[in-house]
Amino acid sequence: MTRKILALSVLFSVMLLSFTSATFAAGSETEGGEDPTGFIMHHIKDSHEWHFFNVGHTHVTLPLPVITYAPDRGLEFYSSKDFQNPETHKFGKEYAHNGIYIDDHDHLGRVDGAAIYDFSLTKNVAMMIFVIAVILYIFLSAASHYKKHGAVAPRGIASWVEPIIIFVRDEIAEKSIGPKYKKFVPYLLTLFFFVWIGNLLGLLPGAANLTGNIAVTFTLAILTFIITNVNGNKDYWKHVFATPGVPVALLPIIVVVEFIGLFTKPFALMVRLFVAITAGHIVILSFIALVFIFESYTIGVVSTLMVTFINMIELLVATIQAYVFTLFTAMYIGGAVAEHAHDDHH
Amino acid sequence: MDLIVPSSGLIFWQLIGFLALFYVLLKFAWKPMLAALEERDGSIESALKAAEQARNEMANLKAENEKLLAEARVERDMILTKAQEASKRMIEEAKEESIKQGALMIENAKAVIETEKKAALTEVKNQVAILTLEVTEKLLRKNLSDQASQKELVDEFVKDLKLN
Repeated sequence: MTRKILALSVLFSVMLLSFTSATFAAGSETEGGEDPTGFIMHHIKDSHEWHFFNVGHTHVTLPLPVITYAPDRGLEFYSSKDFQNPETHKFGKEYAHNGIYIDDHDHLGRVDGAAIYDFSLTKNVAMMIFVIAVILYIFLSAASHYKKHGAVAPRGIASWVEPIIIFVRDEIAEKSIGPKYKKFVPYLLTLFFFVWIGNLLGLLPGAANLTGNIAVTFTLAILTFIITNVNGNKDYWKHVFATPGVPVALLPIIVVVEFIGLFTKPFALMVRLFVAITAGHIVILSFIALVFIFESYTIGVVSTLMVTFINMIELLVATIQAYVFTLFTAMYIGGAVAEHAHDDHH
Repeated sequence: MDLIVPSSGLIFWQLIGFLALFYVLLKFAWKPMLAALEERDGSIESALKAAEQARNEMANLKAENEKLLAEARVERDMILTKAQEASKRMIEEAKEESIKQGALMIENAKAVIETEKKAALTEVKNQVAILTLEVTEKLLRKNLSDQASQKELVDEFVKDLKLN
């Protein structure tokens, strides 16, 4: 059901995107308005400054630190304000500062073209810090309940998080991993709550698209990949490199498939979360963009209703994606640590 | 920044941020919470076990009570039956006895009546005899004074005899 909704929303968003960009390409030539694809992409992608909203022509933004590393220059610290037009807040090569510029696609570069690496605390990093702060606040205050009162019935915030923790422990970790699940429960809990709360906070207006950023999902998937393979037992590796029950002639093919399979699993994790969250944001933003394209009250009302509806679905998707990411991680770990019977098929 | 190309800076910060979050939560949240949960699970399990045991004991007690009750009921029934039998027997015996007694009494009474009757008859006979004698004597005294009447009497007797 949700898969269907998800697929539909992705399809719909793609259609809308092409539609709106075409309309706007035409519109911008005649009226010189803002490009809606740019408006949507601006909200979805990472940025060097945190833009909240405009009041008239004044941009309300949070300038973020720009940290650069170049082999010949070492670490350098700037503010995003240094690289942009103070009026329009546009980045560009013409606003280069100290030989460094941020182009209009938010890429860092050097005027002399030499190598430079971007370690800026971008919008998504700031968002991540905010998400981490929220998680820490929730769980440290919940944990203090157990420290103070011991193993009694939970109260307050602890009674909210406890069923979820038990769900992750019993339904995800224990069922997917098996008898050795205890070791992995802390990672799965951290993963679940990071993705979940990241998804939820990402739905707030003005928030960054943290869990819909491919770098974030890439990092989480890599961590799962490392944990899975570091904990892989003899059976797991035997399964990959000398798959039991396969004729010798087929072994070269199967081993290649199994080896690729090691990487497709985290790749699927990475793409699934990225696509699900980004697509949701694109759909919501598309509906909002429609209002500014048509400048009609009817479209405004309909769009608002649709945005509300999609937002409710997004709440569901936020939870489901957190669950799915954690569940698949647990299943991959489970496959790596499981003790196979020797007559196991495959 | 690109949509589908992970940027190295964000990967770097995400890695640091997530690992730091993991470490702090592991140390200060997951460990105490999971330990408390496990402890509570254990205490709940032992409490349940104790309750189960108590329930079993209760059931045993109840079964024992019921057994005792059933035994008592059987015993009572037995006593009642015995008592009933005894009373029936006693009534039967008493009846027989009374019938016997009655028969005996009737017999006795019959015998007494018979004796009395006989005595009375004898008495009556005696009285009749005496009376007859007395009447005869008186008659004799009166009638034997004249010859004619004696003859008449004798005739009468003879007539009677013949008629008889």
